[in-house]
Amino acid sequence: MMSEGRANKFGFAISRSRLIDYDATDRKVREYVTLREPSFRLCFACGGCTATCTAGQHTSFNLRRMNTYIRRGEIEPLREEVTRCMLCGKCLLVCPRGVNTRNVVAVAAEAIRKLGRNEL
Amino acid sequence: MKGALKHVIVAGGGVAGMEAAGALAEMGYRVTLVEKGEDPGGHLLQWHALFPDRRPADEVRNYLRKRINHHNINVITRTTVDRVKHHPGGLTVNLSGGSEEKADAVIVATGFDLFDARRKEEYGYGIYDNVITSAELEGMFNRGHIARADGKVPDRIGLIHCVGSRDEKVNNNHCSKVCCVTAVKQAIEIRKMLPSCEVFCFYMDMRMYGPYYEELYRESQEVHNVNFIRGKVSEASVNINNRLVIKVEDTLAGRPLRMELDIMVLMVGMEMAAAGSKLAEASGFGRGINRFLETGDHHYGNNLSGVKGVFFAGTCTAPMNITDTVSHARAAVAETVRYLKG
Repeated sequence: MMSEGRANKFGFAISRSRLIDYDATDRKVREYVTLREPSFRLCFACGGCTATCTAGQHTSFNLRRMNTYIRRGEIEPLREEVTRCMLCGKCLLVCPRGVNTRNVVAVAAEAIRKLGRNEL
Repeated sequence: MKGALKHVIVAGGGVAGMEAAGALAEMGYRVTLVEKGEDPGGHLLQWHALFPDRRPADEVRNYLRKRINHHNINVITRTTVDRVKHHPGGLTVNLSGGSEEKADAVIVATGFDLFDARRKEEYGYGIYDNVITSAELEGMFNRGHIARADGKVPDRIGLIHCVGSRDEKVNNNHCSKVCCVTAVKQAIEIRKMLPSCEVFCFYMDMRMYGPYYEELYRESQEVHNVNFIRGKVSEASVNINNRLVIKVEDTLAGRPLRMELDIMVLMVGMEMAAAGSKLAEASGFGRGINRFLETGDHHYGNNLSGVKGVFFAGTCTAPMNITDTVSHARAAVAETVRYLKG
């Protein structure tokens, strides 16, 4: 993504496509997470986890959005996202679908680490 | 002559039970309608107006009262049907209080219980004064007066969808179907009674499944300025100004949101009625994973109980609106008559 400073004054800039190119994305992380924490599949994106999230009150961490990144194979935004959670587990208490949310983050972080080492 | 009439016992005097009793009586059957409350009418007795057209609930109540005002119908109140047993001569029916009746057929119409909102502790029902249920809001409509517990006129009201529905934490994975449209209806009524009061609906999905529901949703936005925020409320508390504070994610903005409210209305869902559960257990009726009564076939045997001569009607089988309840009750009557003639 081009930063504001580098955009030229005509308002045109070359930026990465905003498209989620589903066939070009990498869903290895999704497979890894789904296999190790099958309840991940149950999320229906109500946002209860994000509403109660301690980290989310102070940072841009958003567990509901993170789940969507994993599902769509959007790895780039995921790299930073998984580091923001403090694993307090409050989200576990509110999730109406019984997703083991804390483990989803832990396993996703593990997948990102493995991806970096070409182990995924 | 009258002694020759076949006898049907209807367990439950709500919408389904009253409609079934009326239809059977009209066809020349002798009916005993057993109601656990003071009067027949069920949950409809508490309601002020009905979706989707906001007609007075009284119109439907009056229709049903006329329906059971028939010389073939005997209404027994403050009584429950506790057990039904089939034997070659017919059915033996045990009523609360110990009496036993004989019947040729039984229609189970034990309905639903509203979800006990105290079980969602994080919403503070029974703890904070201004947290009420959708049924209690109907009571306010009946009295023609919407107010906070301290008597003040509310500036902002939030309606929380899916309380006790679609929620594994309270062991209810099912959708109660009617709460979404009830919230839209109630939101409109609040806006009409208190034009200066803001109204917010907090929803996960808007399930406008019935005829004219989507139109009502549209009207609520177009004419009444009702606000909708997509997110499940995670908890409520009270601040120093004695206003409720809720936490939710505005999932469409992708950020957590906090909001102060004067009144928080919990759209409580439907659960299998306790009285129906007791009857099911004693009589060997099947139960679904949602704990409602399991019918012979979801598609073409939706009134069949699996016990000879016993049929199911209405919300004892699943959450449904009044229109579907009346249709389901009539279908149960058709099955009953087919059995009695067969």
